[in-house]
Amino acid sequence: MLTENYEYKEHYDEMLDENGNCRPHYKAFREALDTFSNRKLQQLQYSTDKAQVSMGMTFNVYHDNKGVEKILHLDLVPRIISGSEWDILNRGLQQRITALNMFIQDIYNERKILKDKIIPSELVLSSSDYLEPCIGLTPPRGTWCHITGSDIVRDKSGKFFVLEDNLRCPSGVSYMLENREIIKQAFPNLFASMGVQPVSDYCGNLLSMLQSLSNEMQPNVVVLTPGMYNSAYFEHSYIAQQMGVELVTGQDLIVKDDYVYMQTTKGLEKVDVIYRRIDDTFIDPLVFNPDSMLGVPGIFDAYKKGNVALANAPGTGVADDKAVYAYVPRIIKYYLDEDPIIENVPTYLCSEEKDLKYVLENIEKLVVKETNAAGGYGMMIGPKATKEEHEKFRKKVKASPRKYIAQPTLSLSTVPTLSSKGVAPRHVDLRPYILFGENIKVIPGALTRVALVKGSLVVNSSQGGGSKDTWVLFD
Amino acid sequence: MLSRVADSLFWLGRYTERAENYARFIDVNFNLSLDLPPGIREQWAPLLLATGDNDLFLKLYKTVNRENAIRFLAFDERNPNSILSSITKSRENARIVRENISKETWEVLNDLYHYLKELVKKRVWKKEDPHSYFNEIKQQIQLLNGIAYDTAPRTQGWYFTKLGQFMERADKTSRILDVKYHFLLPSVEEVGSPLDYLHWAALLKSVSAFNAYRRVYGKIAPTTIVEYLVLNKYFPRSILFCLMNVESCLLEISEFKGRGYSNNAEKAIGNLRADLEYADISEVFDFGLHEYLDQLQIRLNDISSAIYEQYFKIQPNFVADSQSQSQS
Repeated sequence: MLTENYEYKEHYDEMLDENGNCRPHYKAFREALDTFSNRKLQQLQYSTDKAQVSMGMTFNVYHDNKGVEKILHLDLVPRIISGSEWDILNRGLQQRITALNMFIQDIYNERKILKDKIIPSELVLSSSDYLEPCIGLTPPRGTWCHITGSDIVRDKSGKFFVLEDNLRCPSGVSYMLENREIIKQAFPNLFASMGVQPVSDYCGNLLSMLQSLSNEMQPNVVVLTPGMYNSAYFEHSYIAQQMGVELVTGQDLIVKDDYVYMQTTKGLEKVDVIYRRIDDTFIDPLVFNPDSMLGVPGIFDAYKKGNVALANAPGTGVADDKAVYAYVPRIIKYYLDEDPIIENVPTYLCSEEKDLKYVLENIEKLVVKETNAAGGYGMMIGPKATKEEHEKFRKKVKASPRKYIAQPTLSLSTVPTLSSKGVAPRHVDLRPYILFGENIKVIPGALTRVALVKGSLVVNSSQGGGSKDTWVLFD
Repeated sequence: MLSRVADSLFWLGRYTERAENYARFIDVNFNLSLDLPPGIREQWAPLLLATGDNDLFLKLYKTVNRENAIRFLAFDERNPNSILSSITKSRENARIVRENISKETWEVLNDLYHYLKELVKKRVWKKEDPHSYFNEIKQQIQLLNGIAYDTAPRTQGWYFTKLGQFMERADKTSRILDVKYHFLLPSVEEVGSPLDYLHWAALLKSVSAFNAYRRVYGKIAPTTIVEYLVLNKYFPRSILFCLMNVESCLLEISEFKGRGYSNNAEKAIGNLRADLEYADISEVFDFGLHEYLDQLQIRLNDISSAIYEQYFKIQPNFVADSQSQSQS
């Protein structure tokens, strides 16, 4: 039997419990998996890789020369989440996004939460993601974070934690959708028998949400990409294609009299809603980064006047700041008077003296992160790092405490994954996608990122991680 | 349609057509070499001269021989017009406009790209008989065209791709005709000899016209071959046929229904098409075939520029913005 020698003990394993018994929602799947030989699975894995290359699901790695394309390894074995587990995530994420959205609206307008001293003012206002041009703004319907891709992990007890909120331009949703297509073909009968909630209407939902941001009867929606050398370009074109809208770059757009137009073969055509996949500060060189060649001069004024909608709204990133993250449980309590359904990972703020002391003394046990970096960059995992790296980060933290936070090393949960020797447990996280339009919708599926190396906890695609299809079951 | 997208579709059509033509040219020239009588050496220089990249070739390689010519024309990424370069650029353009083309089209093109990369790895130009590879390349591109024909909606995007394809094809047919000009016969007496015949037959085959031509004229003769490949209205690779298609693509794009033209690109193509439509083959030879083809290529370039000005050029938004500010 394929899963006979499956070692599960040290961490929370999503298939087997601490006594080695199969969890109920994994039973049917495990039985089916055991009917495959290792050889057969390796063959299926091979055709999966082929399918990805054929579909052009490739990305360019940052720092790499252009033209070098890699696929994000898709592990054949899906990760399964029961309906009742999903229910917790669904409610927890709705709650969290509601509160974070209220927070962003508040800090750019009345600043009640700062006046009530729930969060230190300077912590928010000193964030490099707090954008002054957004002060006094209320975007259409008061929604700031239209599209979110929260990173979620499970600790030793199996409890869910939000690790990062990713309110800016979360990527990976195309992998959630294409992975499903590929894995469904690899296990057609099994898939049909398990009762998996569909994800395929994501792009339809996304389009309706984007359209709802405009008052036009037939709003013209576009996706704005930095261009084909961006690592997520495949996703940008995929989303545009699935929604049936134009994929534009900054140079295709032009602002006249505070309206945004795209340049077509038949002249200028007005644009009403932009799903932008470029960072806040690159959107408009007249307002933000003057060197940006990716953005469109004048677009921010058009946005301020309400002539074009941007998703996500510029300025949203401030709630993504890792120092602000530490306050999210208090943010939820403040705006909703509820306790958080999904907890935060305990976080030490280096800007606070007591925490700073603890971090410097225990740096070898902690994960240290830059407050405004993403993608696994600018971070140090204490237990895996060398003495020199510990010392380097001690210096960095001391020099600019506001720029760093620290968290205890988490033991991520494990799920069955194909290795060269058969099926073995590997660490994973979970990135579900949440759309905020007329209401908040958590898509019943996710990008599961997996650390392919035995024992490794780094799941980032830029650092050698892979992905999995995620099956959320009907209960 | 976005100007940038139209531009990419146009080049997608052009590069794919270029690659297919090169695959055919190489294949035919290779086959020709098999037919040569003993003592006559195969010639690759004429093909290199006709592509217009001979200077680059001489910079990169010491000797003109089959191996080097095939490598340069098909697999050398330093040659911007090699099959590999064309398919790479074609795929890049397809990537840019992926939301505008069908999944199947994209996947064939993507697979072809990876196939070419494989051939480069295998260094197939060293193989004794590379025929099967070029056949495969040709077939993949024909598959691509076939899928597009049956899946693409007949809207602007389709006509921009076709426009690129026919512009490229007109140019390539004119160049392959020019190959004959560069082919060296051992002596003047050889004109009309079996060797000469072989050359002319190869020429027809390189544009897949051998059978079609014979149904019309029967005998292999230079004048009628040139007439067929330049002035025939019905053969899909003759220059006139290509020009007629370029014109109708342009009219579909502008949706202009009146007489004459509605922009400079239409004016230029209308002029050129009419010149060929009313031309007599004797005029072509009186002018000199090589010179005539040269002129034609120059006029095709002018049409390309006019298309660019009309449809692809975009105003830099930085400049436009400072103008709008000075007006207010």
